[in-house]
Amino acid sequence: MSERTIKVDYLARVEGEGALHLTWKDGRVDELALSIFEPPRFFEAFLRGRSALETPDITARICGICPVAYQMSACAAVEDAFGLQLPEPLRRLRRLLYCGEWIESHVLHIAMLHAPDFFGAPDAMALARDHKEEVVGALAAKKAGNAIVSMLGGREIHPINVKVGGFWRLPRAQEVDALREELLAARPRLEHVVRWTGTFEMPELQRDVPYLALAPEGPGAVYPFLEGPVRSTVGHRFGAAAWPSHVVESHVERSNALHAHLDGQVYQVGPLARYALNHALLPPDLQALAAEIGATPPVDNPFRSILVRGIEALYAMDEALRILDTLDSATLRGEASVEVVPRAGEGHGLSEAPRGILYHRYVTDDDGRVVDADIVPPTAQNQLSIEADLWALADDLWALDEDAATLRAEQAIRNYDPCISCATHFLTLTKEQG
Amino acid sequence: MIRRRPRLGVFKFASCDGCQLTLLDCEDELLAVAEAVEIAYFPEATRTMDPGPYDVALVEGSITTPHDAERIQQVRSASRVLVTLGACATAGGIQALRNYADVGAYLAQVYASPGYVSTLATSTPIDAHVPVDLELRGCPIDKGQLLELIVALLHSRQPVLPRHSVCTDCKLAGNVCVTVARGEPCLGPVTHSGCGALCPGYHRGCFGCYGPRRNPNAPAMSAVLAASGTTGDALQRAWRGFTTADPVFEGEADRLRDEGGS
Repeated sequence: MSERTIKVDYLARVEGEGALHLTWKDGRVDELALSIFEPPRFFEAFLRGRSALETPDITARICGICPVAYQMSACAAVEDAFGLQLPEPLRRLRRLLYCGEWIESHVLHIAMLHAPDFFGAPDAMALARDHKEEVVGALAAKKAGNAIVSMLGGREIHPINVKVGGFWRLPRAQEVDALREELLAARPRLEHVVRWTGTFEMPELQRDVPYLALAPEGPGAVYPFLEGPVRSTVGHRFGAAAWPSHVVESHVERSNALHAHLDGQVYQVGPLARYALNHALLPPDLQALAAEIGATPPVDNPFRSILVRGIEALYAMDEALRILDTLDSATLRGEASVEVVPRAGEGHGLSEAPRGILYHRYVTDDDGRVVDADIVPPTAQNQLSIEADLWALADDLWALDEDAATLRAEQAIRNYDPCISCATHFLTLTKEQG
Repeated sequence: MIRRRPRLGVFKFASCDGCQLTLLDCEDELLAVAEAVEIAYFPEATRTMDPGPYDVALVEGSITTPHDAERIQQVRSASRVLVTLGACATAGGIQALRNYADVGAYLAQVYASPGYVSTLATSTPIDAHVPVDLELRGCPIDKGQLLELIVALLHSRQPVLPRHSVCTDCKLAGNVCVTVARGEPCLGPVTHSGCGALCPGYHRGCFGCYGPRRNPNAPAMSAVLAASGTTGDALQRAWRGFTTADPVFEGEADRLRDEGGS
């Protein structure tokens, strides 16, 4: 057999609509394309003319799995444009909200979207027949993550309590207490799930790709959600305002999402990037657990990302509990937001969505209306890295039968927890001339 | 006689995936639901993709491409009961804001190769294309309403989905009125129930993400909003939100635009 094609017309267990075509001729890869046919929704176009205060609510609708990330990056960018600084307690509460989203999104991906690949199961419901304790435990952990988002955000999907300048209302003491109980009950169940993923048989794949993540430095540095400059494993170090001069996107025919390069290079964002640059900031018990399950840093095999997501989910749960313990009555009776005075300006916002860095930029007029908007989601940044992984796997895939090769290729894509709805929304914004 | 499990399909059009995610967010009920129904098509959750027919199709998202306009016809003809989920499917979603812009000219202006992008000039709700049997409102839908719908369909009864206003829910919840006490603009009096008066519970005015209640009085609502300081293009924008292509909300925004004359 000298010719062969793997064709996945509709990728399952990812968020959004994508397809894969991989063709060999004479034993060599002839064509490889991850195409994204998710329809564009023109967010940056219709944001123009809206109040910048609406951007957290509107951009949340780009993604139902990571709406908090959109709200956080939007707030950061608009607050930058308006020259606002949030006091420490409000920044801590935003971190708490983000912990909830990491748990919810990571555990959804670990147990329901990715784990079935390691067993050849079609879905988590089928997986639950043989691994009920793990799937049910994961659902409980995911529910606890959602409980954080609900308590602080009002609801799990498209929370309503976030606004530019802070929150609409601070949590109440009894809400905080109830949440603490739920997290404490879910914590051991999540650890059980993470240890379970440590027993999975991992396909081999070694990649040498630059990693890019927020990476705080110096005293008081914490594992990043909203903190720190951007750093890479190949020597980059820059702040949010310098993002557009390093990350450049281009438009190709096969995809409704743009492809991003970092100073001309293919690169990767997400859990593996955060972990490579920030693992020393994790508490010793999680560093020990990571080593035990086979995630000694840096992790270069994308298939092992499921392990790092688990470590990050545990970190987010422990961090949420630590933050809850700091919420004394004085904090909870404080101001829910700072005063916001709209003005003309330009602002850049970065945060670590579960899938990697999410960048927002807004230009506002004197009344605080959006004049220009730019959003760079993580999956668009990872698209070329996903394709590079598939190139690197091509010989292994050639050796497998068709079903196994298709499954392995899909699994390699799901290593990135791709969020295709996110990747697609921003098509209209980039202006390509000539 | 052993009763066959109903075959369920979950279909996505232009959307954020949040409404179908609501099903996966039913953490306590998900495995029971998966026992009670046969999940025949739900790409976000499973690689199993059975062709129809389906007893129930849950449809998320709006129609924005020529391909999707054809695909919804196939989903309809393969499904006994078709249920629309959420603001995109029931009212075009936030992406329906394109309906008031010239998308064709915009694409030609900003793209070197606009031919790469296949899109329609409008984002339209599912019922503009095919008959819809039931709808769940909201951006996103409410988990409790989704479970009520599934249970009702399993028992061949009509789901109980109240059509009164968020304002009524607020009174039932004992919330202090955010408009009266805080001067916040609030669409609660014209907005469909389902969220449990969530925003007012967080000291925030309702922004109408469930679309209109039964028999809303939109002009009276605009007058109240204007009296509390929401005027001009901000007042029009209040109606042009997550359910902007709904005829009531769209009609009121158009009326304000035409009356304003500028």
